[in-house]
Amino acid sequence: MKELEYPFDSQWILKKKKSIRRELIAGRSDFLKKKIAVLGGSTTHDILLILDLFLLNQGIQAEFYESEYNQYYQDAMFPNPKLEAFAPDFIYLYTTNRNITAYPAANASQQETEDLLDGEYQRFEAMWERLKDQYHCPMIQNNFEFPSYRLLGNQDAVYRQGRVSFLNRLNERFAAYARSHEGFYLLDLQYISARCGLDAWQDPFYWYMYKYALAVPFIPELSFEISKIIKSALGRNKKGLVLDLDNTLWGGVVGDEGPENLAIGQETPAGQAYTEFQQYLKELKNSGILLNVNSKNDMENALAGLKHPDAPLKPEDFILIKANWSPKDENFREIAQELNLLPESLVFLDDNPAEQALVKEQLPEVSVPKLQKPEEAIQLLDRSGFFETTGLSQDDLKRHEMYRENMQRSRQQAAFSNYEDFLRSLNMEAEIQSFIPIYLARIAQLTNKSNQFNLTTRRYTQDEITRIARDSRYLTLYGKLTDRFGDNGVVSVVIGRKEEEILHLELWIMSCRVLKRQMEDAMLDTLVERSRALGIRKLRGYYYPTAKNAMVKDFYSLQGFGKIAENEQGDTVWELSLTDFWEKKNQVIKVVEGT
Amino acid sequence: MTREEIFEGLNEVFQDVFDDETIVVEENTTAEDIEDWDSLEHINLIVAVERHFGMKFSMGEVTGMKNVGAMADLIAERV
Repeated sequence: MKELEYPFDSQWILKKKKSIRRELIAGRSDFLKKKIAVLGGSTTHDILLILDLFLLNQGIQAEFYESEYNQYYQDAMFPNPKLEAFAPDFIYLYTTNRNITAYPAANASQQETEDLLDGEYQRFEAMWERLKDQYHCPMIQNNFEFPSYRLLGNQDAVYRQGRVSFLNRLNERFAAYARSHEGFYLLDLQYISARCGLDAWQDPFYWYMYKYALAVPFIPELSFEISKIIKSALGRNKKGLVLDLDNTLWGGVVGDEGPENLAIGQETPAGQAYTEFQQYLKELKNSGILLNVNSKNDMENALAGLKHPDAPLKPEDFILIKANWSPKDENFREIAQELNLLPESLVFLDDNPAEQALVKEQLPEVSVPKLQKPEEAIQLLDRSGFFETTGLSQDDLKRHEMYRENMQRSRQQAAFSNYEDFLRSLNMEAEIQSFIPIYLARIAQLTNKSNQFNLTTRRYTQDEITRIARDSRYLTLYGKLTDRFGDNGVVSVVIGRKEEEILHLELWIMSCRVLKRQMEDAMLDTLVERSRALGIRKLRGYYYPTAKNAMVKDFYSLQGFGKIAENEQGDTVWELSLTDFWEKKNQVIKVVEGT
Repeated sequence: MTREEIFEGLNEVFQDVFDDETIVVEENTTAEDIEDWDSLEHINLIVAVERHFGMKFSMGEVTGMKNVGAMADLIAERV
């Protein structure tokens, strides 16, 4: 819903929250269901209601546990049957500078000040540790906004007993904890409140009247930020951008004016704005965001613009460049298809309102920010949180290279007459073995973001994956694929649960970037081999249709399973007997047996 | 702004906040008369009224408001 995308009208959202919710629920049924506990140190009522809307807009349907007013500490530290029964998937600990137990006095000694700081920090750390031990779920904790007054004026930031200094140092310790603890996410309340304006944010009216520690009109800003972290942790970030060129990446029309007359570089104010925006995009690319071009231009002109000496972005910074005269929605679809991504994984950025409307109309699930002025472009993308980071995996940082390698593979493929020859030429090597600790984060991430090649669409948190990895009732496999163009990382995961002689395949997923590489065959070969070693006689596979996984409807049939059941929803159950001789299906990938 | 216009505006805000198009408020309407009007919705109502009429209530005013008529009085003083 475009009303819930940045820049949104907070007060309109607050006023219309009930009807917005109805509309969001009516639109779809394939929500990812998650349980979220909010433990607050002040009133949280509308924070939850609005968070609910932003999550629904991301396809996540939340069930909430809300602590009683200011009971965050009790809920975190002591047994709580209600919260235990609730079994949260996420915990958000919402505390503000109103919850600081004691600030140093203006004449406090350095030792007293340090003791207070340690005490405050340890109170929080104890909560995080206990919540982690008790609930084994990801946790979000915000840092502190600046204080509303400064007894020492500007020196409040200098003297250790100053509140500004105290909170700054406490915030740094929160950040240090977040850096060294997986599944613990810091929400930067200090930044958000500063961005919105500290005086307005801390309008005391709302505290005295209703015990809200932020002004009610800013609740959507906070809730939006929480939703970004949750959807990112669930692997629902966007993966790339599809960019227009003329008047989006530079000022002017390259085909009419020639590359030498474009507004790019340091000569003009507009040129500076476009240059800075290109630098921003280049930074995004370096953090793994896929850049693509979708422009109404001749290829020659498009490339001439991209080769402008003052332009930070060069042709090789893009995965795909579509410069032609086809409708932009068609180009957009093709880009998604060639990258093996769903269209909704990509964001469309174009200055032309007609093109924005066309793509929005034809591909309603795609995010189309309302780009208007070049000087606002960075802020528009940055605040939208499409690429919110909750842990930069090695895969993220290398993604651009991996996709470029993929494009090279496609070009190679065209040169081979026989597909199997092509596959052999890739010199593929797969590491297929049971889950090991270093890949647990990536495995959990894959289970949450694989939609197409996903037989059961079960989602797992990292803690669940960790538990399954240790549980002897489960047979787990991950597959990591390397070829001569590079390392694709962990691309496939299978989870099977043993029940006497049957292995129930609760999960089978594969990243679409390695489709048609016989990786699924290699996985099955190893699965069969390991199952037999455990005395399993039958593999039982399940397919549950969703709006997105039609591509694997016949997967088990193609792998030689027989159908044993089907219901009216189209759920199917398949079986493969392991009593016969097994001829290896994969002929092209060299499989390295696990340790 | 006439009192009628103020009440028209208030009706619009009440209908949005309580998501009920049948709500019509009068001078002596209070929280008792509207099912969802509890203390937590009250804050949203205040924020929405302030936004609609482009003004702000003080703490004392919000605490002292007896009914919708009193709210309309305060709005009439400001706009």
